Amino acid sequence: MPEYERHDYDVIVIGAGGAGLRAAIEASARGCRTALVCKSLLGKAHTVMAEGGIAAALGNVWPQDNWEVHFRDTMRGGKMLNNWRMAQLHAQEAPERVRELEEWGALFDRTNDGRILQRDFGGHRYARLAHVGDRTGLELIRTLQQHAVHKGIDVFMECTVTRLLKDGDRVSGAVAYWRESGNLVVFAAKAVVLATGGVGKAFAVTSNSWEYTGDGHALAYEAGAELIDMECVQFHPTGMVWPPSVRGILVTEGVRGDGGTLRNSDGERFMFDYIPDFFRAETADTVAEADAWYEDKENNRRTPDLLPRDEVARAINAEVKAGRGSPHGGVFLDIAARRPAEYIRRRLPSMYHQFKQLADVDITAQSMEVGPTMHYIMGGVRVDADTAATTVPGLFAAGECAGGMHGANRLGGNSLSDLVVFGRRAGMGAAADAAAVDAPAVDDAQVEAVAAEMNAPFAREDGEGPYDIQRDLQETMHTLAGIIRTEAELLEARERIAALRERAARVRVHGHRQYNPGWHLALDLPALLTVSEATARAANLRRESRGGHTRDDYPDPDDGWGGRNVVVRRGADGAMDVSTAPLPEMPAELRRLFEE
Amino acid sequence: MNETVNVRVFRGDAESGGWRDYAVEVEEGQVVLDVIHRIQATQAPDLAVRWNCKAGKCGSCSAEINGQPRLMCMTRMNLFAPGEPITVAPMKTWPLVRDLVTDVSFNYETAKTIPAFKPRPPEADGFWRMQQEDIERGQEFRKCIECFLCQDVCHVIRDHPANKAAFAGPRFFVRLAELEMHPLDTEDRLELARRDAGVGYCNITKCCTEVCPENIHITDNAIIPLKERVADRYFDPVRWLGGKLFGRRRP
Repeated sequence: MPEYERHDYDVIVIGAGGAGLRAAIEASARGCRTALVCKSLLGKAHTVMAEGGIAAALGNVWPQDNWEVHFRDTMRGGKMLNNWRMAQLHAQEAPERVRELEEWGALFDRTNDGRILQRDFGGHRYARLAHVGDRTGLELIRTLQQHAVHKGIDVFMECTVTRLLKDGDRVSGAVAYWRESGNLVVFAAKAVVLATGGVGKAFAVTSNSWEYTGDGHALAYEAGAELIDMECVQFHPTGMVWPPSVRGILVTEGVRGDGGTLRNSDGERFMFDYIPDFFRAETADTVAEADAWYEDKENNRRTPDLLPRDEVARAINAEVKAGRGSPHGGVFLDIAARRPAEYIRRRLPSMYHQFKQLADVDITAQSMEVGPTMHYIMGGVRVDADTAATTVPGLFAAGECAGGMHGANRLGGNSLSDLVVFGRRAGMGAAADAAAVDAPAVDDAQVEAVAAEMNAPFAREDGEGPYDIQRDLQETMHTLAGIIRTEAELLEARERIAALRERAARVRVHGHRQYNPGWHLALDLPALLTVSEATARAANLRRESRGGHTRDDYPDPDDGWGGRNVVVRRGADGAMDVSTAPLPEMPAELRRLFEE
Repeated sequence: MNETVNVRVFRGDAESGGWRDYAVEVEEGQVVLDVIHRIQATQAPDLAVRWNCKAGKCGSCSAEINGQPRLMCMTRMNLFAPGEPITVAPMKTWPLVRDLVTDVSFNYETAKTIPAFKPRPPEADGFWRMQQEDIERGQEFRKCIECFLCQDVCHVIRDHPANKAAFAGPRFFVRLAELEMHPLDTEDRLELARRDAGVGYCNITKCCTEVCPENIHITDNAIIPLKERVADRYFDPVRWLGGKLFGRRRP
């Protein structure tokens, strides 16, 4: 039996971004002994990179705004594939969560009358995003972190969970390792909350940080939970494209919200050519109207530069393909023509700094070059909207690793609000569940099996290192399961992923267990492969185009598919099983919101 | 455009270690963190480095590059003249874990000692009103990405590790100043700033301000005002006399 340290808790939360921190705060406030286990240092999670804001119908800038409008925008942005109940709870509770952040010390930008200022973003009918310049994610994570520090939560930093433990049907804890020592840690827990974020590191060009290896998705899958909507992957339209080393780094949608416009190499505002019928009624169809909208939002329709992200990303992709791209394969984004330098530096300080320092571009005088970058996965662990419970007893999920909230496409600003709304609900759900069960048993045989698997890469005499395998997977996903897909490519992606799985099963690691990044990556590979396979399979099954899933061979949305989720689970034979299930039915009083 | 450069990286742990030279191919626009990653992927898979966002937003990849405390992800390789020696070393002020990774737990322990934000009651609608100009100083401080480079460079603890018990360091003076200047906060932390955090140890050499990747004016905007407030309360002779005569409670 391997030696390990063991900790017993009521609730463990895996992941310490916005959702994990909020879940831990809630579980602890409800009297649970709570641990927060995270791969990085506290405060470094991917939430820190969110820029533009947190969407909440506060109505500070537009009194007409309310949760029903936010709900409608969210569902329409998600091409109606969203879990309606999640979208409803999200829209209803986001304002209270923003107020709570202020109560905990957040300093949002202000309106002239001293209230929280809100900015325009894609797909939101009214200026709705509470923000702090272009570093809202930092404000959110720091506020939660500084609040959590005094709440008696035990934090396990740089501690990576590799497997969930089960006691019969129920999740009973988790196996992890300390990055610093490589030593094993076993958590016994009455309830486990997954808040591990996304899967960006399966793609070659991404705005995501190294932690985004699909851990929660894969942990849940391995434990028997269902994943939904894994084919719905968001490519943010504006990532940096040059120089190569920064390719994919996010350029906030706030640039467009604050007045930036997209142009192709002919200098054309090409977005006017890509207005879909679905959004035609609410979108300006002339440059004159779009320009007037910035100053008079009541009498003009929104600029198509602020269509939802899936629309803008596809448009940019098409422009570049048609040979109207910028010198480094993107398009131009310009805010200098409309706004004075001082305004840009005040509203978008990080963007100014980022371009100046990394690309030698002064955005107060020059255009940026931007192109799509893998940014977010709408798909995730299937959860109950009210409690965040997964389909496995004792297991909860919130934030990006949970599915359903955003449907086929997430609106900008809805992620930070998702984190705090459903982080809190997951904490509530886990606390209630933990109160109802006895301390679970930890099965040493399960721990032993995980330990043996983790050590195997050191013992191999041959086999390759993990870095090439990850790079090949990223290339596969990017070229074959990326922004535009076909059946032939998706089938090839599956074959390649199967081959990569065989290579990963023989991966060899040099050195020892102490802070060894090669080993850490080797341990991350199985999760990356699982989420990649889930995306490729689900994308092949959904024979239509919807939101963040675009099929060149089925370019239109299909009403039949619009009523179904693609569900991925592990089959009885251990192979991945892909099927469909009907969407939960929206009640009539909400349906009427879409009839206007 | 690609060229090969020689980079000298510290390898080792708490017991032993030294410089190792690597010849690495560098592409246009790359930063030091790209170079470290290339060494990992091609020559030293176990080279330990801490990083997350690679966009200057998380503050994980702090190191000393040619002796300067910097973020590896925001240090462009074209900063160095052709042929100029390049060294990458871990932050000196913290105990070494391995290679470029240090044990920064001092900062997380210190954070726990600072009492939480305690707002005054909200207005009738549950919200607070604050003017933008009243929060701008606080917003400057809240730009901090906790890279701990200011802590690393501060000679009070860099050169005198024993002071760590009595000195919170620039990062936490920024935090204290932020709370002190927050329009809604009601907690008094000046005694903490004076006694436990040791703001008096700072002799305003501004090294912290120079290395801050967020360009926070740590010394001018945080530390000096904090020192002034401490001095006003504890060392102002008129106040002292007033306290003696009228029995003002000294916390």
